[in-house]
Amino acid sequence: MASYSTSEFKGGLKVMLDGDPCSILDNENVKPGKGQAFSRTRLKNLKTGRVLEKTFKSNDTLESADVADRDMQYLYNDGEYWHFMEPDTFDQYQADKNAVGDAALWMKEEDICMVTLYNGAPLAVTPPNHVVMEVMETDPGLRGDTATGGTKPATLATGAVVRVPLFMNVGDLIKIDTRTGEYLGRSKE
Amino acid sequence: MTDWKPSADIKMLKKRAALLANIRAFFAARDVMEVDVPVLAAATVTDPNIESFAVIFPVDSPEKYYLMTSPEFYMKRLLAAGFESIYYLGKAFRAEENSSRHSAEFTMLEWYRPHWTLQQLMDEVSELVAEYISGEIRKTTYRQVFLEYLGIDPHAASVAELKTLAHEKLSPAFDSDDKRIWLDLLFSHLVEPQLQGLVFVEQFPAAQAALAQTFFDEHGNPVAARFELYINGVEVANGYQEELDANVLTERFLRNIELRKSQGKTLPPVDEKFLAAMSAGMPACAGVALGFDRLFMAISGEKNIASVIPFDH
Repeated sequence: MASYSTSEFKGGLKVMLDGDPCSILDNENVKPGKGQAFSRTRLKNLKTGRVLEKTFKSNDTLESADVADRDMQYLYNDGEYWHFMEPDTFDQYQADKNAVGDAALWMKEEDICMVTLYNGAPLAVTPPNHVVMEVMETDPGLRGDTATGGTKPATLATGAVVRVPLFMNVGDLIKIDTRTGEYLGRSKE
Repeated sequence: MTDWKPSADIKMLKKRAALLANIRAFFAARDVMEVDVPVLAAATVTDPNIESFAVIFPVDSPEKYYLMTSPEFYMKRLLAAGFESIYYLGKAFRAEENSSRHSAEFTMLEWYRPHWTLQQLMDEVSELVAEYISGEIRKTTYRQVFLEYLGIDPHAASVAELKTLAHEKLSPAFDSDDKRIWLDLLFSHLVEPQLQGLVFVEQFPAAQAALAQTFFDEHGNPVAARFELYINGVEVANGYQEELDANVLTERFLRNIELRKSQGKTLPPVDEKFLAAMSAGMPACAGVALGFDRLFMAISGEKNIASVIPFDH
């Protein structure tokens, strides 16, 4: 397995730290004039999502992590696993609950998601930044009330609950930012 | 598109040119002579933590030259040959990672004052800097700043105590039995950022003496007659009461080489001409190296070295 020296550390590099795959966020070289040089590195643990800061001695090395981000089409959920397909090769992958996490709230069948593979198996799933979903359940819409700016909860097909304007109805399509879970607008798709 | 443009704008480079001219005027007024010693040399420093660029010439030959990491050895040969006060303002090279504060090729101001004490030299550094940066100048010691900011005496502390403290405050991803590494880690990460304004730190541990004389401080700790100037948390200058004894210097070089060997680093040849000059005898003197680019960054309030030099690498 290849390894990287601190001089090669840069944002996006995937490395193994304490047995877990991590992605380097950024790296700062700290060098006292006559003294030992250090690399102060921020990393994201790709298993837990936790961000940590570590200080390395310059020229220390970390093993590379066999991690790759792939765009894949979400096919279906069989109750236990979420199934994805690489559009080019038709290779299929199944991701468990740990890998999918909150992404499950924002995935519609046929949407293209980013699947992070670790040693060939899905480690994490990132939904598209913006998705369009149908309102399955909400209080009846207040006709004509488009200006007061009030909101109410609406439940989507995935079980996600989003705050929507008072005039929205069951069956309406809405656009959502998956990073914040916020309603962005009505969709005509 | 290939990015061919300078990394600093013309306004900044005009200010830079003015600062270079002002510094030359500062020394001319004080009868300090400019010397433009070579940057290409057959030998280089043995410092455990300074890496030189090697230049191979002719291209297919085993012969190596080095780009100078500082003009120190050449300047001391001039002093041993009878030169009075001299300064160098020009390029120096260190094969380190480029960062927001360091460019592998940088501009160094280095000067030597025969028969001066370290205190006199610190006063002169203060006068030079005070022309551009106002504010009170604080003088403190390595021991004092450790006590103040970390509550620990760096000379008395054991490796285990320093290690424990480092793990409490930082997340080191390495281990070591070398006390210097823990001191460097704590100093660079937790002390330096606290050194705001203009701060001279004196009396570094004797193990960090480099080419400075050593003595015992008032608590009996072996320390170096060495100072560093920090401006707003950034190291800008490093000065010594110069060690004159060629035997002491030879011993330190050999120890450096042993240390480099144990760390698997390249082993540079010892500069025999420098040692011969020191054996012939250099007058007592104080000397200081000041990072011109960093001084200019502090004066202009720039955080990135690329924006104060014509081109970054």
